[in-house]
Amino acid sequence: MRVSRLNVNGDTFEVAAPEHWTLLEVLRYRMGLIGSKQGCDKGDCGACTVLMDGKPVLSCLTLAALAEGVEVTTIEGLLPAQISAGGAGTDPVQEAFHRCGALQCGFCQPGMILSARALLNENPTPSRQEIRNALAGNLCRCTGYTQIVQAIELAIAEATGGEPENPSWSPGENPWKISHTSPEDLEKAEPT
Amino acid sequence: MLRLPKFQVAAPDSVAEAVALLEQHGEDALVIAGGTDLVPNMKHELFTPELVVSLANIRKLRGIKQAEEGGLTIGAMSTLSDVAASEQVRDGAPALAQAASLVAGPQLRQMGTLGGNVMLDTRCQWYNQTYFWRDALGFCLKKDGTLCHVVAGGNKCVAAASNDTAPALMTLAATLVFEGTGGQREIPIHELFLADGIYNKKVRGEILTAVRIPALAPGHRGAYGKLRERGSIDFPLFGVAARLDVAADETVAYASLAAVALQARPVLLKRSAESLLGLRPGTRDFERGVDEAAELAYRQCRPLDNVPGDSDWRHEMVPVYVRRTLLAALEGSGPVHHV
Repeated sequence: MRVSRLNVNGDTFEVAAPEHWTLLEVLRYRMGLIGSKQGCDKGDCGACTVLMDGKPVLSCLTLAALAEGVEVTTIEGLLPAQISAGGAGTDPVQEAFHRCGALQCGFCQPGMILSARALLNENPTPSRQEIRNALAGNLCRCTGYTQIVQAIELAIAEATGGEPENPSWSPGENPWKISHTSPEDLEKAEPT
Repeated sequence: MLRLPKFQVAAPDSVAEAVALLEQHGEDALVIAGGTDLVPNMKHELFTPELVVSLANIRKLRGIKQAEEGGLTIGAMSTLSDVAASEQVRDGAPALAQAASLVAGPQLRQMGTLGGNVMLDTRCQWYNQTYFWRDALGFCLKKDGTLCHVVAGGNKCVAAASNDTAPALMTLAATLVFEGTGGQREIPIHELFLADGIYNKKVRGEILTAVRIPALAPGHRGAYGKLRERGSIDFPLFGVAARLDVAADETVAYASLAAVALQARPVLLKRSAESLLGLRPGTRDFERGVDEAAELAYRQCRPLDNVPGDSDWRHEMVPVYVRRTLLAALEGSGPVHHV
């Protein structure tokens, strides 16, 4: 057993766990942070992606004993970080994933969102190719990657004040414009 | 879920302490850099050390520096993403920057290190599997068994060197700095590897601390080409690094080609590279020289069923990748990969 001093989502924790445990195991089975998923557990799928000092890494291949002294951010840390930075709620990337339906089973989503967040922190206006390259280490087996990339493009467009492009599957009106309506506005609206 | 076998973790602050731990624990200790290959390998029970010695806290092993006598000195713990993104490496060792940019996926490049990639364990589709899987097959020559599943009746392990950076460093004539209990020594990278898939390096019990790349010859052009099934994360199914030094009279003064993911060690394709010497790019002779280099590489490189992917397909892709990588080196348009 080893007591590790971990900085996770802005707080410092002292966690006792067997010395050979990975960071993912400590996050999930000691700290209850089950947002990071245990997929292949050997570095292929990217479902366990967390940010260490802002860079996306795989927590299933990181030994918890070696994760001391760095700032770990999991998917659970995005909302509090957004609020403490003056935002109203969820991270814009999370919000965009929700609106674009960029998930089906949701298993890959925490990793996808964290990889995207790390990319946008470094480069606020990446090209589509740069987005695809940044997500290359995150596998999705059900949604397909189209809506995921479009969600990130929507988040970029909103952050830069631009209008997102009409997605390829919608030749008519841009669906993202409609979904700009906030939930509060929807409640106020007359039922049809 | 794959659990790690039990071990203790040490993270010393200096190379001397790490070397002392290796000396003290011998075969029971395992050096870990980024851990992107060794952690899955330990989960597969390919390595079951009692002590894992991490180099993560040794600060002097990080960083990319311009050497005083020209060339670059890259700390062994510099991450692959730092090597790929570094302007110094892109200018001073283009093939290395390209090779590093194609190793695995973004998160693995963020964790994986140049030193770890150079010292990577050989890979085989019959070896890099879970204990359950390997047990069901009766194990193999490289680990726990006596049979080779690649070469029928084979008694020599042919697991493949799968490090993308090794061929790039070979064309750059890089040297490796090792530190052990006997002090420090520097050896050329092409002298490091052995044709033994079980352990393909001449060095044991020492720690790779830095990679030195000599100053580039005038007119240096370099590129790396990597064959794989998925462009996102795979190990190479075939990798080739190309170097052409184009002299002032616009002829090829020096050429070098090195390939990986064939056998236990990365190989220099000497005769193939020699067919380009003295030729002037842009001429018919040069085009014929490139065809000849590709043809000679096809004859020398014989992919085995040691890594995934049909070995006949991999063989047919050898001349394609040699040709494309040579032309990419010339035009500065590397890296070469089709996905």
